[in-house]
Amino acid sequence: MRQTIRFLRRGKIVEVGNVDPMTTLLDHLRLNEGATGTKEGCGEGDCGACTVAIGRARHGKVVYEPVNACIQLLGMVDGAEVVAVEDLAEETELHPVQAAMVEKHGSQCGFCTPGFVMSIFSLYQGTDGAVGRDEINNAIAGNLCRCTGYRPIVEAALSVCASPRDDKFRKATEDTAGILNFIADDSDIFIGDDKRFFAAPASIDALAALYARHPDATIVAGATDVGLWITKQLRDLPKIIHIGRVRGLDGVEDTGREILIGAAATYARVEPFMRAIDPDLGELFRRIGSKQVRASGTVGGNVANGSPIGDTPPALIALGASMELRRGDRPRVMPVEDFYIEYGKQNRASGEFVTGLLVPKLRPDQIFRCYKVTKRFDQDISAVMGAFRFTVDAEGRIQEARIAYGGMAGTPKRAKRAETALHGASIRDTAAWAKAFDALREDFTPLDDHRASASYRAETAHALLGKALIEAAGTPSSRTRLTGQREAIVHAAE
Amino acid sequence: MPATDDLAVVRKPLPHDSAPRHVTGSAAYIDDIREPAGTLHLAPGYAPIARGRITGLDLEAVRAFPGVVAVLTADDIPGANDVSPKLIGDDPALAVDEVRFYGQVVFVVVANTRDIARRAAKKAKFTTVAEPPVIDLADAVDTVLPEYSFGRGDIEGALAAAPLKLEASFRIGGQEHFYLEGQIAMAVPGEAGEMFVYSSTQHPSEVQHLVAHALHVPSSAVTVEIRRMGGGFGGKESQASQWAVLAALAAWKTGRPCKMRLDRDDDMIMTGKRHDFRVDYRVGASPEGLLEVVDVALNARCGHSEDLSMGVVDRTMFHSDNSYFYPSCRVLTRRLRTNTVSNTAFRGFGGPQGMTFAERMMDHVAYTLGKDPLEIRKANFYQGDRDHTPYGMKVEDNLLQPLVAQLEASSDYWARREAITAFNAESRILKKGLALTPVKFGISFTLMMLNQAGALLHLYRDGSLNLNHGGTEMGQGLFLKVAQVVAEEFGVDMGKVAITATRTDKVPNTSPTAASSGTDLNAMAALNACNIIKDRLYTFIEEKWQVRRNQVSFRDNQVIIGNHVMSLAELANAAYVERVQLSAAGFYKTPKIAWNRDKAEGRPFFYFAYGASCSEVTIDTMTGEMKVDRVDVLHDVGKSLNPAIDIGQIEGGFVQGMGWLTTEELVWDKQGRLRTHAPSTYKIPAASDIPEHFRVELFQSEGPREDTIFKSKAVGEPPLMLGISVFCAITNAIASLKPGVMPALDAPATPEAILRAVRGMTAA
Repeated sequence: MRQTIRFLRRGKIVEVGNVDPMTTLLDHLRLNEGATGTKEGCGEGDCGACTVAIGRARHGKVVYEPVNACIQLLGMVDGAEVVAVEDLAEETELHPVQAAMVEKHGSQCGFCTPGFVMSIFSLYQGTDGAVGRDEINNAIAGNLCRCTGYRPIVEAALSVCASPRDDKFRKATEDTAGILNFIADDSDIFIGDDKRFFAAPASIDALAALYARHPDATIVAGATDVGLWITKQLRDLPKIIHIGRVRGLDGVEDTGREILIGAAATYARVEPFMRAIDPDLGELFRRIGSKQVRASGTVGGNVANGSPIGDTPPALIALGASMELRRGDRPRVMPVEDFYIEYGKQNRASGEFVTGLLVPKLRPDQIFRCYKVTKRFDQDISAVMGAFRFTVDAEGRIQEARIAYGGMAGTPKRAKRAETALHGASIRDTAAWAKAFDALREDFTPLDDHRASASYRAETAHALLGKALIEAAGTPSSRTRLTGQREAIVHAAE
Repeated sequence: MPATDDLAVVRKPLPHDSAPRHVTGSAAYIDDIREPAGTLHLAPGYAPIARGRITGLDLEAVRAFPGVVAVLTADDIPGANDVSPKLIGDDPALAVDEVRFYGQVVFVVVANTRDIARRAAKKAKFTTVAEPPVIDLADAVDTVLPEYSFGRGDIEGALAAAPLKLEASFRIGGQEHFYLEGQIAMAVPGEAGEMFVYSSTQHPSEVQHLVAHALHVPSSAVTVEIRRMGGGFGGKESQASQWAVLAALAAWKTGRPCKMRLDRDDDMIMTGKRHDFRVDYRVGASPEGLLEVVDVALNARCGHSEDLSMGVVDRTMFHSDNSYFYPSCRVLTRRLRTNTVSNTAFRGFGGPQGMTFAERMMDHVAYTLGKDPLEIRKANFYQGDRDHTPYGMKVEDNLLQPLVAQLEASSDYWARREAITAFNAESRILKKGLALTPVKFGISFTLMMLNQAGALLHLYRDGSLNLNHGGTEMGQGLFLKVAQVVAEEFGVDMGKVAITATRTDKVPNTSPTAASSGTDLNAMAALNACNIIKDRLYTFIEEKWQVRRNQVSFRDNQVIIGNHVMSLAELANAAYVERVQLSAAGFYKTPKIAWNRDKAEGRPFFYFAYGASCSEVTIDTMTGEMKVDRVDVLHDVGKSLNPAIDIGQIEGGFVQGMGWLTTEELVWDKQGRLRTHAPSTYKIPAASDIPEHFRVELFQSEGPREDTIFKSKAVGEPPLMLGISVFCAITNAIASLKPGVMPALDAPATPEAILRAVRGMTAA
């Protein structure tokens, strides 16, 4: 049992013993360290001004990922290197990323700039050769700038990524990894007392035991949602159990027929496995949050928090995924759709927690499509998200349709009537399509809110099913959609 | 002023003076200034209704919250409880009894930490009597100011006679500023009632005056400083004051430094936005599409108080013509009161809404006649003797024809028009649109007294210069541009000119940094200060070396005096020894302008800035999603002081304008609560919304006819309205669905709004 957290800052190991469970990394940097280069823009992980890079040792080197410090809990950085904007320059010499930002006129008011520098720094560290514009846009999708219109920032990133990677972080990567391995251990972390604590158990059994003892504790994986309970809802969360240290829980495994996803596996980690199942899943994952959110947030958390607008549950439901839970020693498995009872209510007992997901891969006779409709393409929450899996026999008849939507009800939900209407029909039978569209209207009674009206949601749900059928029947996606074209994605992957 | 073809510093694309500090995190914003020991932190408490009365307020639990030092209400204000820019009393710092919008601040918590203050503020118990609030513009009847109109001709007669008559209504949404640095102020009490206030404000003098009024002390006791803002865009022109006043009040009450930094959600709920409008118009035109008469009613949501709605909505009127000649016209405005936050300045200051109307009307005429909108636009441009605006000012510096012709060619407009027509003929789900729209924007404050500026310049004995002026830096590069002018005048490197924070005790009675005027006014004032000091130096040189002033030049970090060459330091020191004053206060007021609002006549603008943009978009007719494929911009900044800074302003302005008209949507619920109060729900453009082909060029010219600073033109606001081409391109894509029909598209063109307009076409 360890009663401190340890992380690396500017080459020095920092050990902190009095970690309040709710302290954010941003507050630690700004208020405790007095390192004010990192800014707070929104306090909810949506503007990126607070972006810092978190380095973790992998295979003898350090891998840097950007995170939003405003919603990252301090305790979560145990075992990592924390790099903030002040740490890049050497004496008076700017880091190449910083120099490129100056040269290309990438800052105006300068308030978002530290966040952009850190996102581009993470991209620079995570790649070796030149990087394309799409990848850069993706790397900075979680950073908002209100002054420049982005063009000079993108050019700075293009320019610096076209240069060799020879900064001090690259030169020190093996040494830094060595230090990170040195401070890593297998102890459970518990800071505080029975009334107020930050805990990060190192094994699944320790997690189960701790949660059984404190079923009122808050389980935190990436804190991309729980962080907002603290910074925005101002809830008091005196007991926090972070699952990021649980050995093996962050793993993803391809068994051949299915993908096993540990409850603590981040979106970033899962993304390539999903992209391999279908390009649409890759694009869906790319559009969940931002790089920062995907580096912290987990698929397990997205499923467990029961939001009606989470993007992974409809896709997982359409794929026929199931989930594993555990309470004390007792495991339980159920289809993902059965987890959702109604808005804010899930099929989860007190003291029970999600341990993982099982996602079946597509068979050759299955066609998958999913679409996310938002006001802004990148880093936005869905007005409607639709996922479709058609199992089609050799004659072109739909043997099974699995259709699930987000944003259409209080929970992610299957469109069972529409599924039935398509059953047995030819994939090209537009009369059957029409029946499915009618049935879809019966399946849902969507709500009006600030993202969209009920009628827009109903219309768009119809449109997405229409698109899926049109594409499944053979129309190229370049003629049916504006983004995430499958031909382009397949091409890029080659 | 030296000849413009022999410049060492001016016209150079120098990087922002703070750029190296921006990228390393060492550029300090107010929240980064090291807090004096004992600093306390404030959080606002607000009433949970949009309209009604507070009959009881129980703050017991707030006061009892551990770490709370004080809880302040209106009773604690020793002076005026008023943060309205005109001091007319309709904007209390802390509301008393009456609540006029959801989010109106009623009390502030002062605590040891910001987190404690925020958590404690939630503990207040309100007893209220709520009344039904006026939230929707359509329900608004009461106004914050009387109806106002101008125009000319016999409207009804001209409409009756016009061969083509069109009539429509549409809505233009508001816009949240979303400066990345939220509202913040820190007040440090001094001795004898002095108060030093750091305020993230575009208008330090107004903050100074309002703090003085609230504390009931003379303005001379209050000093306001701002080194830089993390963005302003108009949102910190009048609405930074409240937080500075509250911080100063708390500092006065507790005797300790006090800081108030709004949480992003509170900032979005509690501060005003761009005015949204309902526009009702009737237009009469010839069969060829030449306008004969325009009758427009511009209905603005002003929110619960007047704030800057007089000037903002006047500017909507001044730009309701954009670039077009209206033979007869009536421009009428209604400034409607609603139970929502008071709307305020936002880059363009009402102008964008007026121009959006003008461009929409052009589209309406074009689509009805089955013509290309660009042809209709060009035909209606100000030209020849068709050069009088609806407010009587003559357009003397017209660049519309050459500028638009150049962009029409460089953007390959007509070839792309054909390609798009062909694409739309064979594409069923996706449709493309193309639009080229102009901008003509009037430069000057329409409130005449604001067209003045001051600067303070010191030359030290070592030849270094210390520059100060009344303008504020919010990222637009103002400090750099003014410093470039000073460096040019003294012939020194930029490093010799120290750029310093704006402070009300250095340059008093300043105007807000607004109306795109920052450089025009402050650089002129700084130039005046340079000339005063140089004039004294010339006199000194004439006496000491018997060299005439026309044989003296300041360049290459040297002073050349006839045959002598010396450094500026040597000259400065020699002048000091001879007791020459090396410090000067410069001043400037804009010439030629005059505006009589009652008679609606005069010349409100010193000159116009011009620009044009051409945008291509694709829409998805099944979902309403939209993507911008290509943008070409040509913009007139006269002869640029700094082309890199100017291009940055143009690009950023375009993208901000595009966001306003596409993804940025403000939604209030029926109870008057803003539902889009954070970046998770309010979507400004992200990097991937910018097309790869986004080409911005500066229009090359000899500069304006008027005597502006180094023949440059203002650039802050005009480019925002270039974003209107995206909205018109979307309209164009929808119009392809049914020739002869004008799409009924409201702004912002969200996917939902686009889909509604698409459905309207199939139903039409």
